[in-house]
Amino acid sequence: MSYVAHDASDYAPPAEVGEMELYHPKTFIGKYIWSQDAKVIAIQYSITAIGIGLVALVLSWLMRLQLGFPNSFSFIDPSNYLQMVTMHGMIMVIFLLTALFLGGFGNYLIPLMVGARDMVFPYVNMLSYWVYLFSVLLLIASFFVPGGPTGAGWTLYPPQAILPGTPGATWGIILMLVALAVFIVGFTMGGLNYIVTVLQARTRGMTLMRMPLTVWGIFIASILAMLAFPALFVSAIMMILDYTLGTSFFMPGIVSMGQQLDYGGGSPVLFQHLFWFFGHPEVYIVALPAFGIVSDLISVNARRHIFGYRMMVWAIVAIGGLSFVVWAHHMYVSGMNPYFGFFFAITTLIIAVPTALKVYNWVLTLWRGNIRLNVPMLFAIGFIFTFIHGGLTGIFLGNVSVSVPLSDTMFVVAHFHMVMAVAPIMVVMGAIYHWYPKMTGRMLNDSLGKFHFWVTFLGSYAIYLPMHYIGFLGVPRRYYAMGNTYFVPESVQSLNAAITIAALIVGVVQLVFLYNLVWSYFKGKPSGSNPWEATTLEWQTADTPPKHGNFGKELPVVYRWAYDYSVPGADKDFIPQNVPPGPTTAGLEPTQS
Amino acid sequence: MTTTALMFLAVITVIMAVVVWWLVRQTLDVKPWVEQRPLANDRGGDGFSLPPVKVGLGVFLAVATSLFVLSISAYLMRMEGADWRPLTQPMVLWFNTAMLVFGSVFFQRARNAAKSGQIDGVRLGLFAGGVCTLVFLAGQLLAWQQLNTAGHFLATNPANAFFYLLTALHGLHLLGGLWVWAKTAVKLQRGAAVHEVRLSVELCTVYWHFLLVVWLVLFGLLLFT
Repeated sequence: MSYVAHDASDYAPPAEVGEMELYHPKTFIGKYIWSQDAKVIAIQYSITAIGIGLVALVLSWLMRLQLGFPNSFSFIDPSNYLQMVTMHGMIMVIFLLTALFLGGFGNYLIPLMVGARDMVFPYVNMLSYWVYLFSVLLLIASFFVPGGPTGAGWTLYPPQAILPGTPGATWGIILMLVALAVFIVGFTMGGLNYIVTVLQARTRGMTLMRMPLTVWGIFIASILAMLAFPALFVSAIMMILDYTLGTSFFMPGIVSMGQQLDYGGGSPVLFQHLFWFFGHPEVYIVALPAFGIVSDLISVNARRHIFGYRMMVWAIVAIGGLSFVVWAHHMYVSGMNPYFGFFFAITTLIIAVPTALKVYNWVLTLWRGNIRLNVPMLFAIGFIFTFIHGGLTGIFLGNVSVSVPLSDTMFVVAHFHMVMAVAPIMVVMGAIYHWYPKMTGRMLNDSLGKFHFWVTFLGSYAIYLPMHYIGFLGVPRRYYAMGNTYFVPESVQSLNAAITIAALIVGVVQLVFLYNLVWSYFKGKPSGSNPWEATTLEWQTADTPPKHGNFGKELPVVYRWAYDYSVPGADKDFIPQNVPPGPTTAGLEPTQS
Repeated sequence: MTTTALMFLAVITVIMAVVVWWLVRQTLDVKPWVEQRPLANDRGGDGFSLPPVKVGLGVFLAVATSLFVLSISAYLMRMEGADWRPLTQPMVLWFNTAMLVFGSVFFQRARNAAKSGQIDGVRLGLFAGGVCTLVFLAGQLLAWQQLNTAGHFLATNPANAFFYLLTALHGLHLLGGLWVWAKTAVKLQRGAAVHEVRLSVELCTVYWHFLLVVWLVLFGLLLFT
């Protein structure tokens, strides 16, 4: 094959669509409140999500106070306790993590990273945020209605979720179900944007396989969310009908408080199927963006290309696909056909393969890297630790024979907090430290950041390692108090007290982080446009923070993938994606083949 | 329960196969670290340079498909309950089905007219399609009323509950479509040229065909179970 001389622009394929026209508001309200700029929407999403997340954090403190020091707090009764458990779980999973990863990071990063001016449907994107805010307000309202919020457990299993006797069965449960349905409507509006923007608005040269893994993670997670959320939507509607109009979708014939109710024949297991058909992909809706972001944090700060980029992309896709065929592993104790359990155990173990590939690739990216142990990197490495630990206990629980005795014990609580709470939160923190300079033009304080990391990281272990052990001993989850249970030794109580103290300390340190966010906004060190010397497009913008439209007059043209770090022969140890091939990038000139 | 779940898994497998097939076509097998040659041509021409809003509609149809497939699986699973008393479908549903088919045909005509630039054809097709749809919705309400008068209330039996739920979900989707239809119609009334409404007409047509297929599946399901 003969070598044909090209000029630099040859190396960049054409864009999917032409330039888009933006709506440029003139007023303050148009710019910052009813904004159609994805970056502003991202920050609105993030602040709302973190705000409601703080409520859930406080709820977890209260729960821990009760578990660590039972009978000491008169304001926590069994009903309150169940309400706290429920609201903590639902807020953290849906209203914090899903909203923050997709609504927050998705909105901020997708257009910047693929080289677009904005999302493809800015107006719908704005609506998405306001609908989300409405769902959050509905949820908050449930704290103030008669009977308080629902205490049905975050899985909202019928029949108990809507029967009298369950806390919040008058108003709380309805507000919860409506809030979820509204959230899903809002999310669908956002999800349309994330998916179509990745498909259609990439700049010249940004082929799918040149996208940073962050975008891949958010993209596939959005697809999962769009296909999985309808299950929750349908089940929420059906439960609302059961409750308000007396249908029997889920409600079996039942005697409640001595009275035969009008329900009959409904299937609670049907709800479980629908709920977990949403619920398991939900784990990956949170995890895949985390996987993507952490890949980029590690690659940037190890100054090495990500190891096995193609494998990483395929693993994200494979995990996404497999996540739809494992849902019933949450239902091993529902009395299902044993062959079903067998099938779902197998698929669950298979999903460990692409996940483990990703872990190996992260570690291999670190191997012989020129590692910069800054705060984002610390959090990224912290993620690898906590994710491996949470993932391993997941393999235990994926097996029917191990899962059945451990079901509904604190072991399960410890497992899913390691894998789904601590690990993604590590990434959220790392990502905020990483992209805060782009959002504000200032660095977060480094010493406070390191303090924040170490206390959070070690504190998380102090909380969850003993919790696994407590679970092994058979201590059930969701219990307000143990009472005199013969198989639970006295020492469990001291462990519980220790866990509570650790949880309070970790909680308080998050306030230090919030202080850092506010303080650095005014007093932080100016960051310049590319403080981490990263290659991806968001660091190559004309202004920091980027203005509406992101890239000044001309959209960037992409000539290379996102991981050209430490290229032999190049001037610097990173080559941004929009640098054309030339003398400075000698190592990467196209070779004859 | 088992057959339903197996069917369901089969549907998921098909969806996944489509996604993977598409990704493979998207040059997922290139080596981005060595490849700096132009990559676009590998995609086979301009096959994918659709307007974003078309792709957006496609994504939305995927979400709606998921919603209806899940509702239907719930229907099939709940059907196995001992208390399930199949509902005799009101005859008016046949008439409604015909109306929806006509609606789709008229939208298709509007679309063809839009392609060849005939404003009158667009106007006629759009108008007739919308009217058929409104008649369909009125007919659905009539079916509800007939069932109610016959004593088949929402909560009397799970089969009734599902009937109301599924028809309501389908009807709400049509209402959403009618909103876009109304906007397009207003534009036309104000004297918009064909090329200004071509995309909207096209999107409406695709959406109506989709909802017709959904209705045929739902109606078949209600008839045969």
